[in-house]
Amino acid sequence: MLLGGLLGATLVRLSPGYGVEENELNSRLSRESVEALRAAHAQDASIPRFYLAYLSRLAHGDLGQSATLDEPVTQLLAERLPETLKSVAIGLGLGWALGLALALAAVASRGAANAAASAAAAALLSVPTAVMALLLVMARAPGRLAIGLIVFPKIFQYARNLLLRCAAMPHVLTARAKGLGGARILFRHILPVAGAQLLALAGVSVSMAFAAAIPVEAVCDLPGIGQLAWKAAMGRDLVLLVDLTMLVTLVTLAANMAGELVAQPGRTGEA
Amino acid sequence: MKGPRRAALVFLVALGCICVFPRLVTPADYAQQLRDAPDASPSAEHVLGTDALGRDRLARLVYGTRISLSLAPAAALLTTLLAALIGGFGGFAGGWVERAVMAAADLVLSLPWLFLLITVRAFLPLNVAPMISVTITFALLGCLGWAAAARVICADVRTLRESDFVLLAHATGCGRLRLLWRHVLPNLRPILLAQFWISIPVFILTEANLGILGLGVAEPLPSWGGLLVELESFSSLASQPWLLAPLLLLVLTVVCFQTVLQG
Repeated sequence: MLLGGLLGATLVRLSPGYGVEENELNSRLSRESVEALRAAHAQDASIPRFYLAYLSRLAHGDLGQSATLDEPVTQLLAERLPETLKSVAIGLGLGWALGLALALAAVASRGAANAAASAAAAALLSVPTAVMALLLVMARAPGRLAIGLIVFPKIFQYARNLLLRCAAMPHVLTARAKGLGGARILFRHILPVAGAQLLALAGVSVSMAFAAAIPVEAVCDLPGIGQLAWKAAMGRDLVLLVDLTMLVTLVTLAANMAGELVAQPGRTGEA
Repeated sequence: MKGPRRAALVFLVALGCICVFPRLVTPADYAQQLRDAPDASPSAEHVLGTDALGRDRLARLVYGTRISLSLAPAAALLTTLLAALIGGFGGFAGGWVERAVMAAADLVLSLPWLFLLITVRAFLPLNVAPMISVTITFALLGCLGWAAAARVICADVRTLRESDFVLLAHATGCGRLRLLWRHVLPNLRPILLAQFWISIPVFILTEANLGILGLGVAEPLPSWGGLLVELESFSSLASQPWLLAPLLLLVLTVVCFQTVLQG
């Protein structure tokens, strides 16, 4: 996570144009104000010095001050994070509900339902996230549903393939040959085998949802951390950018690790 | 070859031809501003009308398609080469090198790459030339997309390194470089090709997202992402449905890529 933050800070620092402050061209600012702006930028000039100072502040629970919004980053995160968590939770709920339901329907019927759901998933995979959010706003639907529609096709395709593979396993064929009902086969013989891998996918889907939150919040004007990241990038706010990079990296790593732990073979079975 | 796959291939080839010979579709210049005809409706002269600056929308769509469809494969090639180089080296060397490569891939994968892309792209100077901005946008896409493929390639090279035919070749005195070039690399071709084709629609969509957020290709160069910005005035879409043309073309193209891949 710390390396992630350092990489983010380094990339930002090395990018052409870093340290150029548009306000320096503002004719209403005095020479002293312009010098103060340059001095403030000079403090961040060295990446190791900036990062060490940042880590030292972080150890004391201080995430620094946003240069563009002139507010403590901790306060900004406290205000914005719940909005993003809400969007991500709604998106994940919608994506998983749709994806799993249609995957189960596709496995059960394997005919028209499979073809229709596959076509819908392929179509949704072909629309940029930001356009999806715009289309939802145009239809007077909440823009955050776009996260669900971005997550859904990936869940559907993975879950369908996994369930189809599990349904063709010898113990399932035996259960079917013995005359067990479809629901009993699904809940007693397929889902327990597929469950571990589906839970591992849950970890990955969290990162997908967070990635989708950035354009969705920026386009739909939702006051979450995605929009904050967008504003920080536009305002070249290094402290805020590093904090957000570390926060999202932390969430992504935690979700992936949780998923990998659950999916470890031998614990809950493997498909 | 199945019907849908054949149709998708025909569509992509036709689109490729239009990209190579844009004058076949429209003689108009994508940057020429017709001051007396801004926001014009479709007509025989301007099939998709003109934008707010009086530029022919069809010409911008055709040249935007050319830019997106030529640079997305270039970025996909870059990402595939990087993945092959990094993953192949890690898998073939084994030991701590392989662990380091896997850790680096994990690090890049855990970073919010769209966020990084937005950040780095936003830090470019405001006066950057359009051609440089488009090159940097797609080069960034290519540089950030290697990690997932490198993991797969690394694991595959490790398997190949430990396979019987490579061990036999090694036992007969085959050098490491020759082993890699003659025995390992040819077996990676299907994975590298799949990675290349999978990356193209991903990069097209990412450029579109960046374009809508105002961080894509700089004006006056057109790209699909830049053309989709007009969708933000969605109140006028009902009366001007032709604004949806870039979105329809983009969706159709990505669907065709998916169809070809799945076929």
